[in-house]
Amino acid sequence: MRHNTYSRGLPGLALATVVMLCAALTLAFFYAPLDANQGFLQKIFYIHVPLAIIALCGFVFGAVMAIMYLRTGDRKWDMRSYVAIHMALIFGIAGLISGSIWAKASWGHWWVWQEPTLVSYLIVLLLFATYQPLRFSIEDPERQSLYASVFAIVAGAFVPLNFIAVRLATEYVHPRVLNLEGGNLPGPMKLTFYVALIGFALLYVTLWKFEMSAKHARAQVRRLRRTLLGDDAGRPYGRSAAPL
Amino acid sequence: MRTAWVVLRKDLRVESRTLETLPAMILLALVTFVIFHFGLNRDTISGQEAAGVLTVALLFAAMLGINRLFVAEREQGGFDAFLLAPVDRSAMMVAKAAGLFIYLTVLEVIAVPAFGLFLLGPSLGRPLPGLVLVLVLTNIAFATIGTLVSGIAVNTRARDLIGPMIGLPLLVPALIGTARALGPLLAAGHATTSPPLKWLAILALYDLVFALLAYALFDFLLEE
Repeated sequence: MRHNTYSRGLPGLALATVVMLCAALTLAFFYAPLDANQGFLQKIFYIHVPLAIIALCGFVFGAVMAIMYLRTGDRKWDMRSYVAIHMALIFGIAGLISGSIWAKASWGHWWVWQEPTLVSYLIVLLLFATYQPLRFSIEDPERQSLYASVFAIVAGAFVPLNFIAVRLATEYVHPRVLNLEGGNLPGPMKLTFYVALIGFALLYVTLWKFEMSAKHARAQVRRLRRTLLGDDAGRPYGRSAAPL
Repeated sequence: MRTAWVVLRKDLRVESRTLETLPAMILLALVTFVIFHFGLNRDTISGQEAAGVLTVALLFAAMLGINRLFVAEREQGGFDAFLLAPVDRSAMMVAKAAGLFIYLTVLEVIAVPAFGLFLLGPSLGRPLPGLVLVLVLTNIAFATIGTLVSGIAVNTRARDLIGPMIGLPLLVPALIGTARALGPLLAAGHATTSPPLKWLAILALYDLVFALLAYALFDFLLEE
């Protein structure tokens, strides 16, 4: 019986997330200066940009886990990859919606095609949105893990490539936050932004660990029931997009 | 390499006898031109618009070929036979990608002149060398990504749905590259006859990355 290692350190991590996110919001509302052009509306930037960045990092993180699965063949890596992409999708959709609100408020349109970051982000989301339908339509669990991993790696490699292609295709209007020169934000805004970024990163890690530990516990309960009550004690698995 | 050649020759022979995929691809491309004629309500188009219509028609026709690529292997036990044979598994990927590349080339040999006849305002003659260069790079992208996607989709229950769903977003950057590279070539007045270098470079980079990825990952899709 393996111990559930995913829940280790989870309370501390959750606490750190809450503190960081509260600090980020406090800084955003009371410390960071109002934007000269957009005024109060610009505050959504401290939520939208970290969400989007963490979502994209989450997709790439999922791809790295998928590589580990193909290398080792250990199903726990597939589970990690699945949960990473699942969480990144949730972050991604939240990022898309917050971005759309920001675009409406500052550019006057819900959607701006001239904006490469927006467009490439949408394409990446559309691609990763097929991850779960793909898993769902493969019945054999082993094959499901294998194919999902191949897909995750291809899609993970697609993220940077797609951004290059779309960025070159359009003249950009998006503020470049994380360019090589360290961005063009004034100091207090930069500090707030980085605190928010760390906060959302911690939120992602917390949710990932939480989901992993929940899945792990569910599998353990099922195993125990089978050992104690016989093979037909647990309900049979329904067909599912999730591994296990 | 020899295995790939054998599989490729087998595929081409099957296709030449059954005529299952290619005619459908060509017909779809032609019908797409007609649809665009009515959808846009234009008799002739040029420039970026023409490039877009041509690229989309080719993309949809390619999707059809991509969907069919492995169906026969799966339904008639070709996969099992291939796995039993003591050969390199990547040969299957190389053969299928080469086959798809040939289908796409044949498709374009017919569909591009038809496009010039039906819809395109400016003549096709002068920009032809540039056009061929762009389409070769496009075909490589469609063939490598298509083979990979088809390999994933064919073993799912809803393969006709999964294929385009994964394939279309993955092909969007190739679509951007092709459409933008073709745009100036098809412009009225023929201001330029050589495609923009930037987009050729993007297409080539995209081809290279996905060819390597497909080659590295395809083995896992044949696991039994």
